[in-house]
Amino acid sequence: MNFPAELKYTKDHEWISLDGNNATIGITEFAQKELGDIVYVEVETIGKSLKANDVFGTVEAVKTVSDLFLPVDGTINELNGALTSQPELVNSDPYGEGWMIKMTVDNPEEVEALMNAADYEAMVG
Amino acid sequence: MKTTPFTQKHIDLGAKMADFAGYNMPISYSGINDEHATVRKNAGVFDVSHMGEFILKGENALGLIQKLSTNDASKLSAGKAQYSCMTNNEGGIIDDLLIYCIEENKVYMLVVNASNIEKDWNWISEHNTDDVEMHNVTEKTALLAIQGPNATKILQPLTDMDLLNLKYYTFAKGTFAGVGNILVSATGYTGAGGVEIYFEDKGDDAEKIWNAIFDAGKSLGIKPIGLAARDTLRLEMGFCLYGNDIDDTTTPLEGGLGWITKFTKDFTAKNILEIQKKEGIQRKLVGFEMIDKGIPRKGYAIVNTNDEEIGHVTSGTQAPSLGKAIGMGYVKMEQASIGSKIHIKVREKQLEAQVVKMPFA
Repeated sequence: MNFPAELKYTKDHEWISLDGNNATIGITEFAQKELGDIVYVEVETIGKSLKANDVFGTVEAVKTVSDLFLPVDGTINELNGALTSQPELVNSDPYGEGWMIKMTVDNPEEVEALMNAADYEAMVG
Repeated sequence: MKTTPFTQKHIDLGAKMADFAGYNMPISYSGINDEHATVRKNAGVFDVSHMGEFILKGENALGLIQKLSTNDASKLSAGKAQYSCMTNNEGGIIDDLLIYCIEENKVYMLVVNASNIEKDWNWISEHNTDDVEMHNVTEKTALLAIQGPNATKILQPLTDMDLLNLKYYTFAKGTFAGVGNILVSATGYTGAGGVEIYFEDKGDDAEKIWNAIFDAGKSLGIKPIGLAARDTLRLEMGFCLYGNDIDDTTTPLEGGLGWITKFTKDFTAKNILEIQKKEGIQRKLVGFEMIDKGIPRKGYAIVNTNDEEIGHVTSGTQAPSLGKAIGMGYVKMEQASIGSKIHIKVREKQLEAQVVKMPFA
């Protein structure tokens, strides 16, 4: 499985990529494989400021539903609009076109404290 | 965890495995949508060897079956199978099952849900007052379901039995893939057509049969299918899943199984169900499709427009062939008619849904 080195990871199987205070968030390849075919990504927290580990949305696969947890404190800015009509992008390209939200993080250092690719891989291994 | 003759095969093929009714079973291989479509359009192979098989023998076997099951097994002649259920003393469903008539009035095979093997065996044993010879052959019986519009075409070259003309709910016995004493029945749980193959797990027969099926179907794209797609396939057809849609607390009449409940013969709690039929049921298992965006799941509340709970979802999924979210659940009779608007409580939101006919379309 692929876990890009430039990303940070959470125990809830989300990835985060940081550019200044702006971050992009999605779920890992491991997570999409566990969930199976994804049919719906619901995020109704756009514009909201949430804390780390708060639920910012849900992802529905054919057989199961799973909460999405915010990796760090911050404000949700945008949902990936492509997922409305093509939720399967989360399966086919979890780190690329299948990204889920963009957010402004309160404190970029919080991101640095998350797991790196090697630690995450060891956790799911 | 228990295994089937094919457990190692599934692992070697890279299937996602999980515990189902105590068995280590394949949940999915290539992905649920792909597997689902394969069965609807082509042909797929399910290992369902976890199902329970009981053989009942002797001159009183039919009497015992008649006493305990709601459908009329006296209608069965050799080579025919029947869908039925067993009721408890309160009229709830102990299990739904298939009854195979191997030899009329003499030998029958009951095929029961894996999760209910012990419960069913004990129930039947307790009521076996006329010395019917009973054998639990679950452990040594392998079962593959080959389902889909191309299933019998793919399998026909492997046997002299006439699979192409095997009528729904009938079966044949013969040699298949060079292995003798195989029972092939035109049954299944997908609504896609095809057969189920029962055989004794001995020597390398299981391996031989699996390989022969995949060799025969390779050029046509036959694939192994997991239990996840089995569930979405059966739900699209409106087939009940024991433990979800029917259980010890639901009666056959409530669960839409009135068609296999024959009041022309005796069975456990017949009097209770007769009263229920006369007075009318209070709740009913219905199929519904979502109007608002969202997916119903087992256990979600069904509410009316006043936010009063009127029932609960027993099965739900995004239906891969239909491209919409569907479910089954119990509702009060006022909301049970086709076209009724109901609301499903999905994470504190009330999403609109509509009662529809099953099979879903």
